[in-house]
Amino acid sequence: MATDLTAEQAIENAALKSDRFRLEREADWMRLEDIVTKMEKGKARQLSDDDVLALPTLYRTLLSSLSIARESSLDAGLIDYLEGLSLRAYFMVYGTQTSFGQWLKGFFGGGWSQSIREIKLDIWIALFVMIAGTLIGYVLVAGDSDWYYALVPGNFADTRVPGASEAALRETLFSTEDHDGLGVFAAYLFSNNAQVAILAFALGFAFAVPSILLLIHNMALLGAMVWVFAQRDLTVEFIGWLSIHGTTELFAILLAGAAGIHVGRSIAFPGAKSHLKAASDAGKRAALVMAGVVIMLICAGLLEGFARQLINDTGLRYLVGGAMLTFWLVYFFAFGRNRVEERP
Amino acid sequence: MTSTTTDPWIRRSNNTKLDRIMVSPEGVPLNVTVATAGARAGALTLDIIIILGLILGVTLLGFLALWGFEAAFDDNIVLEESGPLSVVAVLWIISVFLFRNAYFLYFELGDRAATWGKRAVGIRVAARDGGRLTAEAVIARNIIRDIELFLPLVFISSGEADGSMSDFTAWAGFLWVLMFLLFPLFNKDRLRCGDLIAGTWVIQNVKRNLDGVVAPSAELSADPTTGKTTSRYEFSDADLSVYGEFELQTLESVLRTGTDEALATVTASICNKIGWEPGSGDERIFLEAYYTALRAKLERGMRFGKRRKDKFSQDI
Repeated sequence: MATDLTAEQAIENAALKSDRFRLEREADWMRLEDIVTKMEKGKARQLSDDDVLALPTLYRTLLSSLSIARESSLDAGLIDYLEGLSLRAYFMVYGTQTSFGQWLKGFFGGGWSQSIREIKLDIWIALFVMIAGTLIGYVLVAGDSDWYYALVPGNFADTRVPGASEAALRETLFSTEDHDGLGVFAAYLFSNNAQVAILAFALGFAFAVPSILLLIHNMALLGAMVWVFAQRDLTVEFIGWLSIHGTTELFAILLAGAAGIHVGRSIAFPGAKSHLKAASDAGKRAALVMAGVVIMLICAGLLEGFARQLINDTGLRYLVGGAMLTFWLVYFFAFGRNRVEERP
Repeated sequence: MTSTTTDPWIRRSNNTKLDRIMVSPEGVPLNVTVATAGARAGALTLDIIIILGLILGVTLLGFLALWGFEAAFDDNIVLEESGPLSVVAVLWIISVFLFRNAYFLYFELGDRAATWGKRAVGIRVAARDGGRLTAEAVIARNIIRDIELFLPLVFISSGEADGSMSDFTAWAGFLWVLMFLLFPLFNKDRLRCGDLIAGTWVIQNVKRNLDGVVAPSAELSADPTTGKTTSRYEFSDADLSVYGEFELQTLESVLRTGTDEALATVTASICNKIGWEPGSGDERIFLEAYYTALRAKLERGMRFGKRRKDKFSQDI
């Protein structure tokens, strides 16, 4: 049997040119398979430097072996093996090679800002929709205060209803009691808002229409609330109360909605690209924006859970809110403009 | 991206409808097989069970921690909104958020691009265009998962729990889930909405071992002193021209895995075809010799750019 023979004898004895071809290269394939198997098992660190350096070369050699085998060998088992190994090696060579740390560096170092600048048009659309939504809410409730109950879900309303006294409303803005459990509150707000933002984005899939409706609905709720406070001349205080976390949170929701609109718009109007290509390009761009939105919502949750409850002065609230807004604007639209285009 | 395999007569998967070609960045077409809907459903079910298990585990752990606090400092401590309870609550909220949103992300960003469920059924995520699977793509495909799966699940279960669910919303939620769950069945690449947005697809893992040379002993009647090889069987050109590649590869699989009985059957039918008298006891040697001779002939033809698909095609 062949196993009794040395490799050289086996090559010499092989009757077929294609078998000789195989026996000559088998050792390299085995070595590559060994490397790939280790990497697949997450044991890439056990690989020697030699093996790591050899991987791309072995992979390219394998691809050429595969091409040759396809054109010159009729050994189906061999071709099957080469096909399978090529695919596995391809995934290792072209896998997600950036480590999480590196990705994060690129993300904060300009990738995030850049993706936001790329969807500028959608941000304008979303901003317009949000302002319109607020006005609609305000005007509707101003016209007929019953609208308030239709727009605002029960758990928000409590004392903040049309006709509430100034004292009661002021109380909701400046209550100083129960500082306990702020952490829980912040965590809950974050997880809840993040889920809403993800929803606003994901719904954009249906040609952006649901995203827009969701933005309008949420902002109408805000508009209705503004009217309630405006009735008791508390507009300035209310907006201060809102702005401390609102500049961050509303900005995040704006971006999430814009990302959804971006995807929906690209599916509806793909331009010169195919629908699939346009959808996936837009999806990847929007995914970066969304990763950032989640981070912004963590900030907003902390601001809302802690800062808003601890800072009780309207002026100071405006200061914090304004500072956050300025920070985001500068970071998104002025930072990393000269960054070299790296993304494919 | 074309949708046929390079060599249709090299059989790869049981369901050839799912075989695709992906061109590697080097320009070499690689055969891939799209994961079946069943495999994906199985993987998803496993993953959901695992996520639920993780959430349950964290919840139990939280109760255990609280119970521990209570046991350590006596019952006087009021476990309300402060101290240990709030810490545990924060951790719980954050971990549930992470399980729901980061479980898929974490695993699909790894080298194997597959969650535990996907690994168990042997499938993985890949970029549809044959390029690198980027972090953005993995994020995108998993954000969409939220509306496809978690949103309606949470919506239906919470509506059911507080009894506010009307028949209409129940049916709407059900249709919603159905629409997204069945989406992969209505396109040929079995793409989920998330795959569509991210430019990814889910394909089958391959792991095949390299079997030995099919007919290693075909020429072993070589004379060790002279090194000259002579075969015990000689086939004429006419003997070899009755079969094509399809029959050759069928013979190969018989030689690799066949029983003695199968070998005898095949020997009989080949002998019958070429007009030989089938002997007995020597089937493997005979078949290996025939295999080697036939493959040599067909491969010679390939080198001149002539392929013979099966016995019905014209002889080369």
